[in-house]
Amino acid sequence: MREVAIVAFGQSHHRRDSAEVSEVEMLMPVLHQVLDAVGLRAGEIDFTCSGSSDYLAGRAFSFTMALDGVGAWPPISESHVEMDGAWALYEAWTRLLTGEADTALVYSYGKSSPGDLREVLTRQLDPYYVAPLWPDSVSLAALQAQALLDAEDAEDTGADERALAAVAARSRTAAEDNPHAQVTGSPPPETLLDDPYLVRPLRRHDCPPVGDGAAAVVLAAGDTARRLCRRPAWIRGMDHRTEAHSLGVRDLTRSPSTRLAAERAGAFEAPADLAELHAPFTSQELILRRELGLGEGVRVNPSGGALAANPMMAAGLIRLGEAAAAIHRGAADRALAHATSGPCLQQNLVAVLEGDVL
Amino acid sequence: MTKEPVAVVGIGQTKHTAARRDVSIAGLVREAAVRALDDAELTWADIDAVVIGKAPDFFEGVMMPELYLADALGAVGKPMLRVHTAGSVGGSTALVASGLVASRVHRTVLTLAFEKQSESNAMWGLSLPIPFQQPLLAGAGGFFAPHVRAYMRRTGAPDGIGALVAYKDRRNALRNPYAHLHEHDLTLEKVRSSPMLWDPIRYSETCPSSDGACAMVLTDRAGADRAPYPPAWMHGGAMRSEPTLFAGKDCVSPRAGRDCAADVYRQAGITDPRREIDAVEMYVPFSWYEPMWLENLGFADEGEGWKLTESGVTGIDGELPVNPSGGVLSTNPIGASGMLRFAEAALQVRGRAGEHQIDGARKALGHAYGGGSQFFSMWVVADTPPAN
Repeated sequence: MREVAIVAFGQSHHRRDSAEVSEVEMLMPVLHQVLDAVGLRAGEIDFTCSGSSDYLAGRAFSFTMALDGVGAWPPISESHVEMDGAWALYEAWTRLLTGEADTALVYSYGKSSPGDLREVLTRQLDPYYVAPLWPDSVSLAALQAQALLDAEDAEDTGADERALAAVAARSRTAAEDNPHAQVTGSPPPETLLDDPYLVRPLRRHDCPPVGDGAAAVVLAAGDTARRLCRRPAWIRGMDHRTEAHSLGVRDLTRSPSTRLAAERAGAFEAPADLAELHAPFTSQELILRRELGLGEGVRVNPSGGALAANPMMAAGLIRLGEAAAAIHRGAADRALAHATSGPCLQQNLVAVLEGDVL
Repeated sequence: MTKEPVAVVGIGQTKHTAARRDVSIAGLVREAAVRALDDAELTWADIDAVVIGKAPDFFEGVMMPELYLADALGAVGKPMLRVHTAGSVGGSTALVASGLVASRVHRTVLTLAFEKQSESNAMWGLSLPIPFQQPLLAGAGGFFAPHVRAYMRRTGAPDGIGALVAYKDRRNALRNPYAHLHEHDLTLEKVRSSPMLWDPIRYSETCPSSDGACAMVLTDRAGADRAPYPPAWMHGGAMRSEPTLFAGKDCVSPRAGRDCAADVYRQAGITDPRREIDAVEMYVPFSWYEPMWLENLGFADEGEGWKLTESGVTGIDGELPVNPSGGVLSTNPIGASGMLRFAEAALQVRGRAGEHQIDGARKALGHAYGGGSQFFSMWVVADTPPAN
């Protein structure tokens, strides 16, 4: 398999509301940041791929405006997935593996502020039987969290409300070191447990902030990667898997798609020292930790993760970017990055990133 | 570093129609997928990954419908990608799927594109008012009509060329059992006297709104060896994009289209497309786009495309048959229309196009475009594997 690496990563300051800038204006500084980092212009990139959602933008073909911002002239080789940018990165990765391209620009963005995100996301559900009931994303996550707390093996997984609060406190405390995070700092878990429920058993801190944001990475193959980056974050493997959509046929306390994707990506072949998990809800981190077999020795979400900033369509790509950035600066040698999409962790992507031994 | 050759071994599509009220979105896509699997004599278990495409989610009113469609497409436990590149999406989706095989990440991939326009209203889906942005208002026709007029002025093409294309494509559609429009009593005079919608585009020169889906099974060399029917081999594939509107844009013959065609021909070793390509499935949603794309794709010199059309070269019995299936003018499930062009090109070189088969078609071009003539995707397929 051809060597491909993430060689640059950039993201916006994620905020609750960015009404004064368009999606393109939000994205542009991030694009320039990653291109400047590798000293390339848009026209010098071999392949470009993006991820976004028309439903967040409230208009059809919303990605065409972002393309104008990229400056696709002369015309570029370009594609778009209506998915989180992590999957755009996957498409670009396969393109580099064929040898058709040596470099790729991947970006994604989403503004949740113009609408009510919980209601918007109900439109993702089965349009005939489920969506008409308007079950919102927090309620569905609460269903999953309650199933986890009620599970017969809850004692083994340590899943109780205090464990959920501990995830929240740890994530938001870690986010104090992340200048891009939307929510930072937290009282200790014991204090968090005094808060009222938002949707039982989830309290506000068990849920991600709703926010606007953008992210971008540059991928490069082989010697090009070595030339563009002092310590490239090599993608040793990457895989993603889907589960059934219907919640009634899934065991919500497990994530077989995460486990399978991790296995295919080679995650279990050697221990990782860092993991960036896309777990928008505290309970989902417990589920993912178990599927990925993460022990106490692994630093999970030192960026603060999705509990500190969860811009729709970009939060998964940010996990890959944060993991890569840790390798770039020598803070990790082997990292797992995970992205999710759909209700209750329906779709999951796992990548294994490694830096050369310095 | 060499790529794995990619073969099309299964093709399926639905009978396209204005409204498939008898099936859900899931039922529609499954119908096409099952037909593609049957054609390849494979089962769901043989599929390693699913790549699905469609035009904007607003066309059905379902956000990221691939999540809900995972079960219907046998994607549970498998990777599933959702591509969206506006009107070119059907072609782009096939190209993304081909990349999974070419990179040897997967061996056999199901790719599918669909639109169930009857679930919503495409004109409305395209015309949501957004502050500070130029609205299209009148749907796609209102956007493209001025570009057609510009083509006529630039080349001196006489008024009636568009009607010739519409009449030809609608007659071709009578040979295609899956085509949406089967207008048995259509005459050239009826096309010419149909109501003017967006001057110079008349009602009979526009594509219909269809419900429909198209699926293909793509596989590697070993998979092609096991295929029950002759495969179509991919010899080249490319995508190109350019900005929507800017001062230097040539809306009549966008550079992204020219560059994309040049890239595909280079990959396929084609130096004279007019002579070397035996059949073309071209994305022609409004009749005048046939002569326009003939030039853009290098089949005719600049200003000469309409002469090729007028002389009958692009007829089903002509030297360069364009849209023997009836094309987008006869069938337009928007998100699937591009994949239908790719699939129909593959059917031709497999010798499995039925009544609209072009005798001896060995090399064919599938073409799609979208957005404001800014997204292009194309492939060249042939009846023999590529060299190396």
